[in-house]
Amino acid sequence: MMNNIVILPLLIPLVAGLLMGIARGNIPLQRWLSVLSCLFAGAASLLLVKQVFEQGIQTLAMGGWPAPFGIVLVADMLSSLLLVTTSIVSLACLLFAFRTIGSEREQYYFYPLVQFLITGVNGSFLTGDLFNLYVCFEVMLVASYVLLTLGGTRSQLTEGIKYMVINVFASSLFLIAIGYLYAVVGTLNMAHLSIRIAEIGQTGFTTWVAVLLIMVFGLKAALFLHFWLPGSYSAPPAAIAAIFAALLTKVGIYAILRLFSLVFYHQLGITHGLLAVMAALTMIVGGIGAVAYWDIRKVLAYNVIIGVGFVVFGFSLFTPAALTGAIYYLIHDMLMKALLFLLGGCVIWITGSGKIREISGLISNHPLLGWLFFVTVLALTGIPPLSGFAGKYIIIRASLAGGTDQPGGYFLAAIGLLCSLMIMYSLLRIFLHSFWGENTLSLDMEKGSIRGLLSPCLLLMAVGVFYGVGAELVYPYIEQAAVSMLDPDLYIRAVLPEVI
Amino acid sequence: MKTHSMILLTVTRVVVFVIMIFAVQLFLMGHSRPGGGFVGGLAVAAAVVLLYLAADVKTVQLGIPLDFKVLALTGVLIAVATGMGSLIFGQPFLSHAFGHFALPLFGSTELTTVVIFDTGVGLAVLGTALTIIDTISEDISEDICRWKR
Repeated sequence: MMNNIVILPLLIPLVAGLLMGIARGNIPLQRWLSVLSCLFAGAASLLLVKQVFEQGIQTLAMGGWPAPFGIVLVADMLSSLLLVTTSIVSLACLLFAFRTIGSEREQYYFYPLVQFLITGVNGSFLTGDLFNLYVCFEVMLVASYVLLTLGGTRSQLTEGIKYMVINVFASSLFLIAIGYLYAVVGTLNMAHLSIRIAEIGQTGFTTWVAVLLIMVFGLKAALFLHFWLPGSYSAPPAAIAAIFAALLTKVGIYAILRLFSLVFYHQLGITHGLLAVMAALTMIVGGIGAVAYWDIRKVLAYNVIIGVGFVVFGFSLFTPAALTGAIYYLIHDMLMKALLFLLGGCVIWITGSGKIREISGLISNHPLLGWLFFVTVLALTGIPPLSGFAGKYIIIRASLAGGTDQPGGYFLAAIGLLCSLMIMYSLLRIFLHSFWGENTLSLDMEKGSIRGLLSPCLLLMAVGVFYGVGAELVYPYIEQAAVSMLDPDLYIRAVLPEVI
Repeated sequence: MKTHSMILLTVTRVVVFVIMIFAVQLFLMGHSRPGGGFVGGLAVAAAVVLLYLAADVKTVQLGIPLDFKVLALTGVLIAVATGMGSLIFGQPFLSHAFGHFALPLFGSTELTTVVIFDTGVGLAVLGTALTIIDTISEDISEDICRWKR
């Protein structure tokens, strides 16, 4: 079954980025193209969600070469939902960037780079081939290297070097793992991999490769191997940091979700057990980090890490309910982390400082910003009816469902809940210190005006509130994504109809 | 670089054309034999680099008044646009068409949209390679100095 709409979320940002690069001097045109690209890619993704919901998984074999020989793109519910979220998040971040990013960065290909980054992200969500997953990862990473160092301040360059070294190392491990896998099973098409590994059984060697892949995606998604993240996510300007926080680690999580539900699902005790342990450690370490720092950027960066841990915790339980919760929480996390970074960016934009202790009483001049921040904190903590609640509730319930047979579930649930408290403590501390208290900064002493900066935040908040309050409406889609993840045959039948 | 070698310059004047023709040959062979847009583009880049060495960067850039970054982007755009053609005809993305046409002088010739795609690839490779060479060869440019605040 061929469906050309599957390529559109990949193609639109690519073409937009190329056109912007050619029209380098024309900044207004680049801004228009950025917005249009996000809108059209978002519309195509919504159409995909509808088609997948009604007709099942959509595929596109490039150039008409059938899988497993050609390159194939696959849109299932998980991919399509993440594509929609990506478009919303990137639109908000771009609207924020229009006013804050500065003309130098605009001159030096900021907008095309963002589009190329989105191309890589969307490509990773859509590809049905392990090697192309690597390629799309690289497209995304190369764009992120430049975005991270664009501007050349000292901290950006220091963190840029670390970020590059870590990612190049992880990418080479990724390639090595792909090489091993190809040597053992002789294919890289994910559906084909799933069939062959099911045939030969997931033996010691393939499980070892799976563990290697966990390490690779652990580095990319900041799952336990997160030491590079707080530095590199706090170096660039807010708009770029928000894009990173909302998209980059999530692609790593998506890769884990995809590979360990479709291909490596035969040795749950080893692979998913390892994922559970890593998720628990991630949540603990991320929570400690978030509580420990007094710098807004660092606190927010550690909050990203906690989110990663929580999604993988849900996934590692590998029951239908837990997967539903994990996917729901993943989308919530993308929306809310972008919002949180943009709001943090507003605070830094106003005060010129990220030190919580130096800022005070912002709420008297910026009530809307203050209350938006407060509601975001509630959403991230998981206060009903906001969007964090449903995901956390489903995951915690699923982890307790095993009863006393699986005592690990209780540990994980306890850690998850403790982390919610740590999220709330770390973020409310920003709220109490920076927004409440005596106002020390009069309007004319502020470093920058936030006029127009709150509209993208309001957009994200509106989507987030809808996502939380309208959870009932979204639930069938999320559930379909979880069901198709647990049934690899659906994916295989869509990609390789003649094999089964 | 100030060392202009007369011998190198004289040889280059001839050799550049040989390399260019070889590049075109590689480019056209690519359909069924080793070659294609990628190596073709690299071979052209090699010719330009030889010109850089024989003359100097400024002179060559006067002769080739192109922004290589734009060249690379245009190349990718051409390649992607060829793929998008198949969307209009309702074929899977990147499908290509070919046919045999009776051309004067050449006789029956196979023409295919892959050549347009390959042209895009060639331009992209050429532009990228030359951008890299340019970036390495220039001093700390005014561009970078302007960033330092």
